[in-house]
Amino acid sequence: MNYFPDEVIEHVFDFVTSHKDRNAISLVCKSWYKIERFSRQKVFIGNCYAINPERLLRRFPCLKSLTLKGKPHFADFNLVPHEWGGFVLPWIEALARSRVGLEELRLKRMVVTDESLELLSRSFVNFKSLVLVSCEGFTTDGLASIAANCRHLRDLDLQENEIDDHRGQWLSCFPDTCTTLVTLNFACLEGETNLVALERLVARSPNLKSLKLNRAVPLDALARLMACAPQIVDLGVGSYENDPDSESYMKLKAAIKKCTSLRSLSGFLEAAPHCLSAFHPICHNLTSLNLSYAAEIHGSHLIKLIQHCKKLQRLWILDSIGDKGLEVVASTCKELQELRVFPSDLLGGGNTAVTEEGLVAISAGCPKLHSILYFCQQMTNAALVTVAKNCPNFIRFRLCILEPNKPDHVTSQPLDEGFGAIVKACKSLRRLSHSGLLTDQVFLYIGMYANQLEMLSIAFAGDTDKGMLYVLNGCKKMKKLEIRDSPFGDTALLADVSKYETMRSLWMSSCEVTLSGCKRLAQKAPWLNVEIINENDNNRMEENGHEGRQKVDKMYLYRTVVGTRMDAPPFVWIL
Amino acid sequence: MSESVAAEHDYIGLSEFPTMEEATTMSDKTKTRDNNNGLNFKATELRLGLPGSESPERVDSRFLALNKSSCPVSGAKRVFSDAINESNKWIFSTGSTTATGDVGSGSGPGSSVVKDGKSTTFPKPAVPVKEKKSSATAPASKAQVVGWPPIRSFRKNSMASSQSQKPGNNSETEEAEAKSGPEQPCLYVKVSMEGAPYLRKIDLKTYKSYLELSSALEKMFSCFTIGQFGSHGGCGRDGLNESRLTDLLRGSEYVVTYEDKDSDWMLVGDVPWEMFICSCKKLRIMKSSEAIGLAPRVMEKCRSRN
Repeated sequence: MNYFPDEVIEHVFDFVTSHKDRNAISLVCKSWYKIERFSRQKVFIGNCYAINPERLLRRFPCLKSLTLKGKPHFADFNLVPHEWGGFVLPWIEALARSRVGLEELRLKRMVVTDESLELLSRSFVNFKSLVLVSCEGFTTDGLASIAANCRHLRDLDLQENEIDDHRGQWLSCFPDTCTTLVTLNFACLEGETNLVALERLVARSPNLKSLKLNRAVPLDALARLMACAPQIVDLGVGSYENDPDSESYMKLKAAIKKCTSLRSLSGFLEAAPHCLSAFHPICHNLTSLNLSYAAEIHGSHLIKLIQHCKKLQRLWILDSIGDKGLEVVASTCKELQELRVFPSDLLGGGNTAVTEEGLVAISAGCPKLHSILYFCQQMTNAALVTVAKNCPNFIRFRLCILEPNKPDHVTSQPLDEGFGAIVKACKSLRRLSHSGLLTDQVFLYIGMYANQLEMLSIAFAGDTDKGMLYVLNGCKKMKKLEIRDSPFGDTALLADVSKYETMRSLWMSSCEVTLSGCKRLAQKAPWLNVEIINENDNNRMEENGHEGRQKVDKMYLYRTVVGTRMDAPPFVWIL
Repeated sequence: MSESVAAEHDYIGLSEFPTMEEATTMSDKTKTRDNNNGLNFKATELRLGLPGSESPERVDSRFLALNKSSCPVSGAKRVFSDAINESNKWIFSTGSTTATGDVGSGSGPGSSVVKDGKSTTFPKPAVPVKEKKSSATAPASKAQVVGWPPIRSFRKNSMASSQSQKPGNNSETEEAEAKSGPEQPCLYVKVSMEGAPYLRKIDLKTYKSYLELSSALEKMFSCFTIGQFGSHGGCGRDGLNESRLTDLLRGSEYVVTYEDKDSDWMLVGDVPWEMFICSCKKLRIMKSSEAIGLAPRVMEKCRSRN
C-alpha cells in the first residue's frame, strides 16, 4: 500500500496540522495509523474523562503539546459544583512518569493545584508554554514554581482563572537568565504586583510579544514597560487612571507612538474615561480590541477610539456603546470578523443599551463577519431575517436576550422564524446559542438546516420532546449539546442512544429527564458515562421509593473509552 | 425586605402579579405569626448570627447556630411559575447550586426557624421539584436565575468590583443612573466550612443584610452539622435562654469570617453591609475554637449584651 518509505510519509504528515485531518489520516490503514501516531506532536482532548493519560501516551509517545478540557461549558455559569472534577494532577503525574518531552500544556476549565504546577515545572526540561483558561485551584505560589523552574519558558498565559493571589513575589522568581518570554498574561490576578521585578523581566525579554497586565499595574509603570518593549504586539493595559497633564501620561504617549507593531489592545480594567486618546496614534494598526472589561469607558469615548480603528478584525465591547456606537463600528470596521457585545448592566434596569438595530447595522456594514456573541434586551424576527440575508457566512452565532422567554417585541411572536432564517442562510454554522421565546418550531428548523452545527446551547426553549428529537435526528455533526430549563424528557433522551457515540457530550439541567430514564440510558450504552449531579439531595434520590419518576436536576453524559471515573465527588452519581 | 423583592422583578420580566402577591402573602404570614404569638421571635430565635451586625431585627445574632430544621430546604431547587406563557407546563427554575432563591424570598430567614413549634422539621420532599413549586414561589431579592445571563462568573465579578470601586466616575456618564444605583451585577464568592467536603458559592448581591446572609449560610451548611449539636429539635421552639446560649458559645459553635481585598481574614459583621460586600472576596465558616483572636471578641460581645 505504501510506495514511499515511512520517513517520506511522515514528512508529508508533518504538513498536516489540524487535529481533524490527522485523525482522519490515522484511519486510512494500519501503516498510516502507525506512522501518524509516532509523528503526532500535538494532541487535543476535548473531554479529559473520555480517555486516560496512560492510553494517550501509549498511542502518542512523542507527544509534545497537550490540550485538555475539563468541566462542561455550563460550569462557566456556576451550574457545575466546584468539586465536580477535571483535575489535572493525574495527567501531569502520568506524563512525568512516562518521561515524555512535554513542551506545551493548554488547559481549559480544569482544576489545577500548586502541587501540579510544581510537578509540571520540575518534570519537563523543555517545557515552554503554559496556557490556562478558566481554571481554578491554584495560587501565585504555583506560578512561582513555574517561573523559577522552567528554564525555557516562552508563554505564561492566564486567562480568566480564579487564582488565589498570595501577593507573593512570583514575578521575581523568574531567574535573571530567563530571557525567552514571548507571552506574559497575568491580567486575572487580583493582588499587588512587584513592579520592579516586572519591569526588569520585561526589559530582559526581547522576544516579548504579548503582555497583559493586571489591575495593580498603574499608569506610570505602564509607560515604562511600553518604553522598554516597543516590539509589543498584544497589550493588556492594567489600571489606566490618569491625569492628562501628568508627566507619566506624556511618557506614555511617547512610548505608545513607538509601538508600531501593536496590533491587539485589551484590559483597561480600571480606566478613567478620558484616557483612550493616548492610543489614537496606533489605532489604525489594530486588528483586535477588547474593551469588554472597561466598565467606566462609555459611549462617546469608545466611539472616538473606534473611529480610528479601520483595520479591526476582532472587537469585544460592552453594550454601553449603544446602537449608535454599533452603527459607527459598522461604517468604520469593514474588516470585522468577530464581534462580542457584553452587557454592562446585568440587572437590566430598563437600560436598552443595544437592541436589534445595532445587530442589523453591524450585519449590513461588516461583510466579513463570521462570529458574533450579542447580549441585548430585545430582538425581532424581522431583524434576524435581515441579519441572515446580510451575513450568510456565520460560523458562530450566539444571541442572548437578557430576559428569558422574551418574544419578538414588536409582534409578540416567538423568535422561531428569525433563528430559522439564520440556520437556513448560514450553511457553515458550527455554533449556535439562541434565546427569547422559542417553540419546537425553531428546533425543526435547526434539525432541517443546520447541517454543520457542532455546538448548540439551549435555554428556556421548546415545548415538547419533539424539539430535542428534531435536533438529535437532524444535526449530523452535533458534538456538544447543552440544554437547561427546557421541557425535554426521557422520550427524547432515549430515542437514539447510538447518537451519543457520535457526540462528545450532552448536558441537561432543569429539564424533564427522570432518574429511571437516565438509568435506562446508562444500561443501553455502557460506553457512556451518565453522571447525575445532585449536590443538595446528597443521593437521597436513592432512598425513597419514587426514585424512578424523580426528575434529575443535572445530567451530564459523555462518551468515554475508559469507563467510570474514579475521582467523582459524592454528589455525582455515575450510573 | 419584601418591598425590594417586588422591585426587582423587572429583571426577569415575568408577569409580576402572581409572584408579587405571593411574596407579600408570605411576608404577611410571617408577620402575623410573629404578632399572634405576642413574642418577638426574631429576638429569641437561634440562628446563624454575626457579631456586630447593624440589622435592627437582630438581637441575639452574635453567634452561629446552625439549625437542623432548615436542612431539608437548604439549597433545594426553587421554581417560578411561568406566568407569561400559560400554555406551557414547564417551570422557570433556578438551579440548585446556591440557596439564593430561598433566602431572598418573602418568607425570609425568620420563617425557616419560626415554626411555632408546629413542625419540628420541614417535611422531607419526596420529589423536591414539586415541593418547591408550592412553597417557595417568591423570587430572590434580585430575581436572578442561577447561571443567567450566561456570562462567566469571572467577568461578572470583575464588573462588580470595578463598578463598586468607581462611584465618582459614574456621574460623568449618561448611564450614571443605571450604574450608580443599587443594581449591580452578581458577586459570587466561595464559602468554605471547616469539615465540609466541598465548598459552595453564593452571590452576595442577592442578600441585603447580614441577616439574610446568615440564614442562607445556615441553610446551606446545616447538613454538615448533623450530629454536631445533638438534638436540634429544641431550637427555635423553646426560645432562647441564657444557658442555651452559653452552651452554644462554649460548644461547637461557628463564626463566619471573610477575606477582604487586602487578603486579611476578618470577622463578619463589623462593617456596614454595603461596605462588607464591596470588600468581601471569600467566606469561611470556622469553629470558634479555631478562630483564635476572633472568638474572644464574640464572647465579649455576648457578655456585654447579656
